[in-house]
Amino acid sequence: MVEKQVNIGWSKTEMAQNVAMDIPDGSYVNLGIGMPEMVADFVPEGRELIYQTENGLLGMGAVPMSGQEDPELINAGKKPVTTIPGACFFHHADSFTMIRGGHIDVCVLGAMQISKNGDLANWSTGAANAIPAVGGAMDLVAGVKKILVITRHNTKDGKPKILNQCSYPLTGKGVVDTIYTNLAIIDVKEEGLFVRKLGPNVDFEYLQEHTEAKLFQ
Amino acid sequence: MINKTVQSLAEAVKDIHDGATVMISGFGEAGSPIELIHALIDQGAKDLTVVSNNTGSGNVGLAALIEQRRVKKMICSFPRTTNSTVFPELYTAGEIELELVPQGTLAERIRAGGAGIPAFYTPASVNTPLAEGKECRLFEGIEYVMEKGIKADFSLVKCELADRYGNLTYHATARNFGPIMCTAAKTSIVQVRKIVEAGAIDPEIVVTPGIFVNHIIEVSHPANESDLVAQKFTYPW
Repeated sequence: MVEKQVNIGWSKTEMAQNVAMDIPDGSYVNLGIGMPEMVADFVPEGRELIYQTENGLLGMGAVPMSGQEDPELINAGKKPVTTIPGACFFHHADSFTMIRGGHIDVCVLGAMQISKNGDLANWSTGAANAIPAVGGAMDLVAGVKKILVITRHNTKDGKPKILNQCSYPLTGKGVVDTIYTNLAIIDVKEEGLFVRKLGPNVDFEYLQEHTEAKLFQ
Repeated sequence: MINKTVQSLAEAVKDIHDGATVMISGFGEAGSPIELIHALIDQGAKDLTVVSNNTGSGNVGLAALIEQRRVKKMICSFPRTTNSTVFPELYTAGEIELELVPQGTLAERIRAGGAGIPAFYTPASVNTPLAEGKECRLFEGIEYVMEKGIKADFSLVKCELADRYGNLTYHATARNFGPIMCTAAKTSIVQVRKIVEAGAIDPEIVVTPGIFVNHIIEVSHPANESDLVAQKFTYPW
């Protein structure tokens, strides 16, 4: 008899759903490029979120229909977008006044590494041959009220991403509020990393084995 | 009579000199003044320091200016994007300098440069390699890093409408760095999709006041960088 394969943890879409559930109605939200963008697809019925994209649009709408794209109406990932009724455009200094000045409520970002005290590394591995590129990540973590990180719990080769200390160059120190992985939802508090919710078929011991930093229940 | 309209792209960029600092608007292709950049390539100025968010894509526009070895140094926040190969190759070969700046800091440095503010403190990049060697200071218990304003000799900007005074409006997310770059350059050169009569732009919706603009040139059908890249065009054609 073939044993049924047990799925451990959440899928990507479930991770995005977990993040979406935690963003309050009426929030101004900046979504990072990649997996964070998926969060917009799972906003619960009855909540209105306003998306800011740092290249100068508040009130970003859905992906345009094929043939309706405007190469000068794009998001931070340089992909065509649309505007919602009530959207507005602005220049970059105003955009980062919103970000750095604490006017954006929530930012969802990806991560390469996160430390036990909420340090985030998500822009460079520090490798000598890499072309360094930072974009708006350092401004976002410095100024947005809540920083939510969505990431696989481990690297592709199984190494922990939640560490005692980041080895990659930091994006910001002590900036992460909550980590949403495929295995768990983890809140970063002053006393340490607290597991709020375990993924399907994940127990605390399994989670700790896959995490370098000490976790609390 | 004030009329900032010039008759050709070549005339618009003729004064850009070797060693100049040139701000170039755009976030990806949105707002990138491709026709002005191509005119600058034809004009020949070299050893330029270019301030722009990205480094262009394919072999046209800003990427072509870099490929023609006219740029000594890039000041930008994100030098590698889809279809961006020219800058990464030269940088890896050690043939172009890079000053990497967080995007919001880049914007504020340009804004400060235009506003007569020599330096300011920002929380972005504190405790990261990008703050190394810079003055840090505590305000109300929080650490900030000092960043300097940037001024330029010239800015090249793309906009939607202009009148002869240089009042400008922009299109969608092509606005990005244009308004602040116009303020931070001694000479701002703007390519305009349509030049209209003075008074045709409602004063309530002017985005860049004409005082920040020196030359305007109408480019009624600007190329889309992504189309040129898709067709594998290289400038000079």
